Amino acid sequence: MNQHVLPPIRAEYDRVLAPFLEAPVARALPLSTRLWQQGWLRKGLILAVLALLWEALARWQNNDLLLPSFLQTLQALGEGLASGELLDRVRISLAILAQGYLAGIVLAFGLTTLAVSTQLGRDLLSTLTAMFNPLPAIALLPLALLWFGLGSGSLVFVLIHAVLWPLALNTYAGFQAVPETLRMAGRNYGLTGLPYVRQILIPAALPAILSGLKLGWAFAWRTLIAAELVFGAASGRGGLGWYIFQNRNELYTDRVFAGLLLVIAIGLVVENLVFASLERLTVRRWGMVR
Amino acid sequence: MTLVAAREAFSADRARAAASAPRGRSDAAVPPDPDPLPAPLLQMQGVSLEYRTPDRVVRATHRIDLDVYAADRFVLLGPSGCGKSTLLKAVAGFHAPVEGEIRLDGEVVRGPGPDRIVVFQEFDQLPPWKTVAQNVAFPLRAAGLLGRREAEARARHYIDKVGLTAFADSYPHQLSGGMKQRVAIARALATQPKVLLMDEPFAALDALTRRRMQEELLALWEEVRFTLLFVTHAIEEALVIGNRVALFSPHPGRVRSEVNAHAFNLASLGSGAFQAAVQRLHERLFEAAPEPAAPAVPR
Repeated sequence: MNQHVLPPIRAEYDRVLAPFLEAPVARALPLSTRLWQQGWLRKGLILAVLALLWEALARWQNNDLLLPSFLQTLQALGEGLASGELLDRVRISLAILAQGYLAGIVLAFGLTTLAVSTQLGRDLLSTLTAMFNPLPAIALLPLALLWFGLGSGSLVFVLIHAVLWPLALNTYAGFQAVPETLRMAGRNYGLTGLPYVRQILIPAALPAILSGLKLGWAFAWRTLIAAELVFGAASGRGGLGWYIFQNRNELYTDRVFAGLLLVIAIGLVVENLVFASLERLTVRRWGMVR
Repeated sequence: MTLVAAREAFSADRARAAASAPRGRSDAAVPPDPDPLPAPLLQMQGVSLEYRTPDRVVRATHRIDLDVYAADRFVLLGPSGCGKSTLLKAVAGFHAPVEGEIRLDGEVVRGPGPDRIVVFQEFDQLPPWKTVAQNVAFPLRAAGLLGRREAEARARHYIDKVGLTAFADSYPHQLSGGMKQRVAIARALATQPKVLLMDEPFAALDALTRRRMQEELLALWEEVRFTLLFVTHAIEEALVIGNRVALFSPHPGRVRSEVNAHAFNLASLGSGAFQAAVQRLHERLFEAAPEPAAPAVPR
């Protein structure tokens, strides 16, 4: 009714607060919650459920030739590892992979350094990535075989192609995203040229560079296995892909699955051990990624 | 009226500044002063700055003449768009003037360098991949001023000075905004630059932290007697921090007047003289039509 009602005027008060002792201010989380926060436990659970589903499906289908069970696959894997054949194949594959991956990284850094320093380099990078990034590496393999012959040279060539473009794109995007203040701070310290790139741009762009390295690794691994599957025996001593291809021809389906399982396992190990530790030691510790 | 108190307040500084700087005494430069002035440490002579947008060239400042003497706490005060930050970045060497020149110790400024360290407003000026101690030592190492061990020792010394000893091994993302600015100030002081440049360093802090940081900055100045060029748009901050304030008018930035503020500190915040000074600056800032760029002398 009355629009001019004023709030009542209340007395002031001042209380001296005694130290708070009734309950602990911080308390520990229950064990189950703490366990559930462990990433490896959650991921392990997912893997276990998948393996269980596989085993169930295989037993229900009951056809070893089409779908060997998880346990049979594990047995074949164990035999392959014990005889040393699988380890040998993995070694061959990884050796070639490392060559292609490292060469791709070096080239990508060269290209991006050029791109951040000159306008022409920028245009070169964007044109080349637009042209070659969509091109499947496998499609280049026939050409590579023509140029470099039946050997690891052509495999390395397609691997470089698989790594170079995604990594260069990511690194360049990372360099572009470095905050202006940080750039100015670096130049303020008197840094220029290569020391500036090494001490400011690369660490600041590390989240993007790492994601490019991960992407490049996945592309390279995938390309290598596919290339070996198609043209694998090139050098007479094939890698993991060739092992899969051979055993499919001989209808050792459990060994095919063991080979595939190993491809997956290596991928998981690299992703979860190598890249995850790299991230933990760098960008996560620095608070650049959550 | 406030100028009369200048002599006593500054006579103490003279002896110190004379000992540290070969150019001689530092003094509040009042143009009608009969004493000959020492050579200024930092000189801006007819500095015009322009920046480019995609379709035009904009004049940020027009023929700025300012002299900063050793141990000055020189404040550039003005509304946004008056080019004060741009001028500070030009002193830092990030922008080249289109006319005029900036001289530091008699040498024309060309490009950024560690003799003019900037404390920016943004918190991301500290590389996140370095701990507090590494951050403070970084410019010393990057500029090749000191070896690893000496750089570390000096970094620890200045971290102690800004009260962050317990956080020397923390990463910037673990610190609050005020602590990050303290690291930035420690980093700047550790480099022992000829001029310390601060671009609204406390603008992104909350009011209580800002007050504490102003106190600490003044205490550090009492101790170290660095030369400071400080940009702000807050009148009170300008009067508290500075011993001399240059008032800018916008579009393009020109120096409207220079006033002395050495009589004020944080204790004078409520005083009548301080309020009057604030009011005077306030009126000049909010005047409808800015006068031509002749630097007016306050009486």
